[in-house]
Amino acid sequence: MDIKVNVREHDGQRPCSVVDLNGEIDVYTSPKVKEAIMGLIDAGNYALVINLENVRYIDSTGLGVLIGGLKRVREHSGAVNLVCTNPQIKKIFDITGLVKIFGIYDTEATACENL
Amino acid sequence: MTEDGGLVELKIPSRAEWVGVARLAIAGIASRLQFSIEDIEDLKLAVAEACTNCIMHASDSDSIAISCSIKSDKLIVTVADTGKSASSRALEPKRLGEPKVGGLGVFLIRSLMDDVEYELNPESGTRLTMTKFLRT
Repeated sequence: MDIKVNVREHDGQRPCSVVDLNGEIDVYTSPKVKEAIMGLIDAGNYALVINLENVRYIDSTGLGVLIGGLKRVREHSGAVNLVCTNPQIKKIFDITGLVKIFGIYDTEATACENL
Repeated sequence: MTEDGGLVELKIPSRAEWVGVARLAIAGIASRLQFSIEDIEDLKLAVAEACTNCIMHASDSDSIAISCSIKSDKLIVTVADTGKSASSRALEPKRLGEPKVGGLGVFLIRSLMDDVEYELNPESGTRLTMTKFLRT
């Protein structure tokens, strides 16, 4: 029950910062995710892709971190897109209505292109 | 589900690092009772959200008691703390619409479980009882 966070740059037609998350995001691990996302934003990165492909579980505190990041980048006319194909994780975004707020894509390439 | 009347109880410290243990425990119990994979995930999230609420809104409670009552057609899970500071506001589901940080936990619990009841007692703490029916 841990989360691994990796931050890197996506070199494509539309450069952006990518946050790879691997593990479970809950009340215990979400501060680590928040630190990484807010660190990127504080450094001036307002086009973010958060890769949830290897996330097995997310709860409301994890959703809160993503929403917090989105609100911060929007203050700078930025955007956050997600990469997610896990049906259980997508179900949580669906139930909470967050599918209407985040761009959710099947691949990193499309998530970056659509920022 | 063939069993009826069984009871499984777990008490964890009211700290974030223990919520994962509660999640694992409920997954094991639900799996034993032959809930579907999707329903097991729902139970894990609902129990974890209930524990998270205890940790965030009942800081004067040092433990969380989780009780799983096994019935022939359903699992009844009770999550209780001994905090005296929980306010009813923390237990109201948020209104969806504008994205906000926080307040999604109760909304998720109500969405994922078949029945949810709260008991707020200023003397003894907060008790959340959630029911999930076994789908055949």
